[in-house]
Amino acid sequence: MITEEVVDLSRLQFAITALYHFIFVPLTLGLAFLLVIMESVYVMTRKQVYKDMTQFWGKLFGINFALGVTTGLTMEFQFGTNWAYYSHYVGDVFGAPLAIEGLMAFFLESTFIGLFFFGWDRLSPRRHLMVTFLMALGSNLSALWILIANGWMQNPVGAEFSYETMRMEMTSFAELVFNPVAQVKFVHTVAAGYVTGSMFVLSISAYYLLKKRDLPFARRSFAIASAFGLASILSVIVLGDESGYELGDVQKTKLAAIEAEWHTHPAPASFTLFGIPNQETQTTDYAIKIPYALGIIATRSLDQEVTGIKDLIEQHEVRIRNGMIAYGLLTKLRGGQTDDATIAAFEEVKKDLGYGLLLKRYTENVVDATEEQIKAAAHDTIPNVAPLFWSFRVMVACGFAMLLIFALAFYFNATRRLESKRRFLRIVTLALPLPWIAAETGWVVAEYGRQPWSIGEILPVHLSTSSIEASSLYTSIGAIVAFYTLLLVIEVFLMVKYARLGPSALHTGRYHFEQNGEHSNQAKPEIAGGAA
Amino acid sequence: MILDYETLKLVWWVLVGVLLVGFMITDGFDMGAGILLPFLGKNDAERRIIINTVGPHWDGNQVWFITAGGALFAAWPAVYAVAFSSFYFAMMLVLFALFFRPVGFDYRSKIADPRWRSTWDWGLFISGAVPALVFGVAFGNLLLGVDFYLDDFLRPHYTGSFFDLFHPFALICGVVSLSMLAAHGAIWLQMRADQPVADRAGKAGLIMLVIMLIAFAAGGLVLLNGMPGLHIDMMPAKDALPNPLNKQVSVVDNGWLANYQTYSWMIAAPITAFITGLLTLLLVKARRSGLAFATHSITMTAIICTAAFSLFPFVLPSLSNPNSSLTLWDAASSHLTLNVMFIAAMIFVPIILLYTLWTYKVMWGRVTSKQIEGNPLAY
Repeated sequence: MITEEVVDLSRLQFAITALYHFIFVPLTLGLAFLLVIMESVYVMTRKQVYKDMTQFWGKLFGINFALGVTTGLTMEFQFGTNWAYYSHYVGDVFGAPLAIEGLMAFFLESTFIGLFFFGWDRLSPRRHLMVTFLMALGSNLSALWILIANGWMQNPVGAEFSYETMRMEMTSFAELVFNPVAQVKFVHTVAAGYVTGSMFVLSISAYYLLKKRDLPFARRSFAIASAFGLASILSVIVLGDESGYELGDVQKTKLAAIEAEWHTHPAPASFTLFGIPNQETQTTDYAIKIPYALGIIATRSLDQEVTGIKDLIEQHEVRIRNGMIAYGLLTKLRGGQTDDATIAAFEEVKKDLGYGLLLKRYTENVVDATEEQIKAAAHDTIPNVAPLFWSFRVMVACGFAMLLIFALAFYFNATRRLESKRRFLRIVTLALPLPWIAAETGWVVAEYGRQPWSIGEILPVHLSTSSIEASSLYTSIGAIVAFYTLLLVIEVFLMVKYARLGPSALHTGRYHFEQNGEHSNQAKPEIAGGAA
Repeated sequence: MILDYETLKLVWWVLVGVLLVGFMITDGFDMGAGILLPFLGKNDAERRIIINTVGPHWDGNQVWFITAGGALFAAWPAVYAVAFSSFYFAMMLVLFALFFRPVGFDYRSKIADPRWRSTWDWGLFISGAVPALVFGVAFGNLLLGVDFYLDDFLRPHYTGSFFDLFHPFALICGVVSLSMLAAHGAIWLQMRADQPVADRAGKAGLIMLVIMLIAFAAGGLVLLNGMPGLHIDMMPAKDALPNPLNKQVSVVDNGWLANYQTYSWMIAAPITAFITGLLTLLLVKARRSGLAFATHSITMTAIICTAAFSLFPFVLPSLSNPNSSLTLWDAASSHLTLNVMFIAAMIFVPIILLYTLWTYKVMWGRVTSKQIEGNPLAY
């Protein structure tokens, strides 16, 4: 039976697994392209150090990739296991990009990652570079199709509801693929991945520079990461998510919630830099506002207004009442009363069917909803403001902090003053978590901001789950959390071990722990362990 | 649209089968190698040989499974919804077993400690054995019928329990698939591993093939002894909009044998399985492992076909609520989606086959300890 408990637990499980998965994905996206850059330089210059760089960072890439695959499997499985009605209701549209992702992207990435690791002695340098490139291409195409699927959840274009099959059906594949929300999300997400990869290489290289170890290796890694990272963080910020906001009502609601924009103000809207949103009184306490900024960001104009939450709730209430009519007609159609008049009447209001389904939370029959229930459902259309407000600000703050770091890193490196800036290098080492904090809070903004919908204005989350027992969910969540946490600890342990070891892990005999007598005793067992 | 709706529905039944067969032939051997790993590798060097024969390929191979899942989602959303939510704990079991693969392969040899390595070796064993067993049990349960029904709004409800899945017939099917994949892994190792692993693998392969043939025959005997199946009394046109509740189905004894009378050529599937199965035995014994790999691939295809032909046109039968059963005609996606997916498959499957074969060609040859030590990125 579907209870609130089942819905909440299903959401919790999805959020946990997605957030875990998204620890590994951005690094895969970014490191893959950094490997391509490093190996390209190797192929052009034939300097051994660039091959060593590709292999060493490639080794860390492999440690990360393993958990990316492990956590990705769960994402695919749980649409079926935990969101069965969702799978039935939108599989016709949503399944296609997932399947094409497998055919076009994941096959490419996974097949060539094998040759990336095992093909060094069997392929010419040029061919191996091609393999690395195809692997990176695969991971980026993979992101494209996943975000096309996700973009459709936010802004469901190119599809229509069919009462005969009782599900959404695709009407235009091109609209699905060229969904503006999906395209914007793709650019934003992969660029954020490049930032993550760059920060990873930058921080660890800064650590070697601080330790004065393997300097030529560390300098070159730092240089590549700072240049690629600066270009990437600029794309993340400039091409950011904001151009998606004006599209679709879900995005409007999300924007209002992010900005804690309770009332519609005359244009141009001001941007709330800081404040304490209060959902009950629908006010933002202690707000510090920047005039005009929100209007410019959200509408790219000075004369359009940004709709406030109170107005959105009123608009949604109208659509809920329409949705009740749609639901009543749908019941007739499902019951076999399929005369032309009923069909025509249904077609007229079916765009609001999803709003009617919001009432399913309160009454099985929908059409008999009381005024109070309608008010409650309208109120449900607005996600909790505070988590969105704060997540968004944390994400943006991390973004600008990274912009500063990459800009300085690039500047100090270009002017060859890097190694004297020890305090800066220490900050760079400590900045390692920033891209992850930004990515995870960014995910919260995108997905929590979509509530109460699993498919914007089409299918509410509380209808999407499987008809399973809460006890099953407690079991699976417990097992997932325990297992993933254990694996994450192991992953971090291996990462730290190999990052500390540095390029000595490659056993070329050219690097720090294999040359310096004083360290070799301590390092020997580690290197033997690293014989992998 | 390239093809009409009815044809496309049938084509997708074939294509889901193709993806499953692709999964069995490719991912099957690395799962099989995982199953045999703790038994055939007597020391760390031998175990690393086993792992590194599949090292460059397991990841790409696994995508056959992932894509089959994605294709199921896109082409038969109702089947995806019902199967994954009904088999909740079985799916979780497979999922958790699969977790051990990426980390097992990549992390095992990164630390020298014998306990660490042995733990991951058993992890790799689980990641091969559990999915192999559960897939067989799941196929057995398709033939036994899954206890679910669809309500008026086509929401699936499962009425059975996890322990119902372990019916003796389902367990026989589980043994078939477990021994089939273990044999596949054994033949792969006979072909690709250095001595003495290759010889041991040959012996293990013979045992697994014998178990597989006996279990397959036993399953067939149960099926021949009046096992109930489904019969369609009335259904909408094959090109109608998919609505699983618009047909009438009844339970009849020997229902899964009816197709072999209607379409007598279908009997070729089980017969082929037995003939090529015996042939594989001889080839493994003669150490012609390349040929044995090919004939065993045919055996596996024939075994899958036997299950699919028996069920046709059902893909997810319910014996407790026969009218809710899903067939390839009424669980399919819309005409447009099937068409888009068909075009995607026609473009990408040949490309995938080409580059996959190229990677096998690059990595061909017996894997030795010396090679493993020479590559800092080997497993």
